[in-house]
Amino acid sequence: MSQFTADKTLDARGLSCPMPSVKTALALEAMTQGQVLLVLTDDPVSKRDLPVWAEATGNTLVGLEEEGPTIKIFVKKG
Amino acid sequence: MQQTIQKKTPVTIVLFSGDMDKAMAAFVIATAAASMGMPVSIFFTFWGLNVIKKKGGLIKGQHWMQKMLNIVNYGHARKLALSKLNMLGMGPVMMKEMMSKKRVPSMDEFIKTAAALGVKFYPCEMSMTVMGLKKEDFIDECGEVIGAVSYLSIAKESNINLFI
Repeated sequence: MSQFTADKTLDARGLSCPMPSVKTALALEAMTQGQVLLVLTDDPVSKRDLPVWAEATGNTLVGLEEEGPTIKIFVKKG
Repeated sequence: MQQTIQKKTPVTIVLFSGDMDKAMAAFVIATAAASMGMPVSIFFTFWGLNVIKKKGGLIKGQHWMQKMLNIVNYGHARKLALSKLNMLGMGPVMMKEMMSKKRVPSMDEFIKTAAALGVKFYPCEMSMTVMGLKKEDFIDECGEVIGAVSYLSIAKESNINLFI
């Protein structure tokens, strides 16, 4: 069980760079400030890129977990 | 870092090449930048115009040399050559197959995604005149047709300028 909670989940598994950040941007657009989006990805680049993306766009990275090949990234809309 | 991005850092890309691999590189950067909230403009010039041409219409232009050029240079987003290992069109077929296996978007999808993210497409006026192309020859996602001065006026306000 994850120690973080999310308001919405985005399954970006199977997608490669730059689509995880593109999809995250589009998903967050439809959410309100303070809400948390959980992004599921299996793209190793995203593990590095999404935290950078979050910082660059004024959102906050709440947490990052790994479950086998799946990387769970929690982003809070800023 | 927060500070610099909050200011919005525009990106301009000059896509001179009509090769599939180079166009892909331009669109990967364009969509990634747009996802980061950066305003992105792509200027399509010379061979790069092939990327945003509509499918169909083999004979374009008025002069016989323009017509000949457009027949030989026929292309659109789905029909672009590789800059290396094109192997008479076998290269792109294999490359597309490999990319779809890794779920890398196709050129078509990249164009749609970029447009949805607000990336602006500008065809170059001069290249169009030389090649005898009209605004109608390009996909609907295209913005206005502009010249070098208009491009520079946007580029000088941009923090990232790429020529591909």
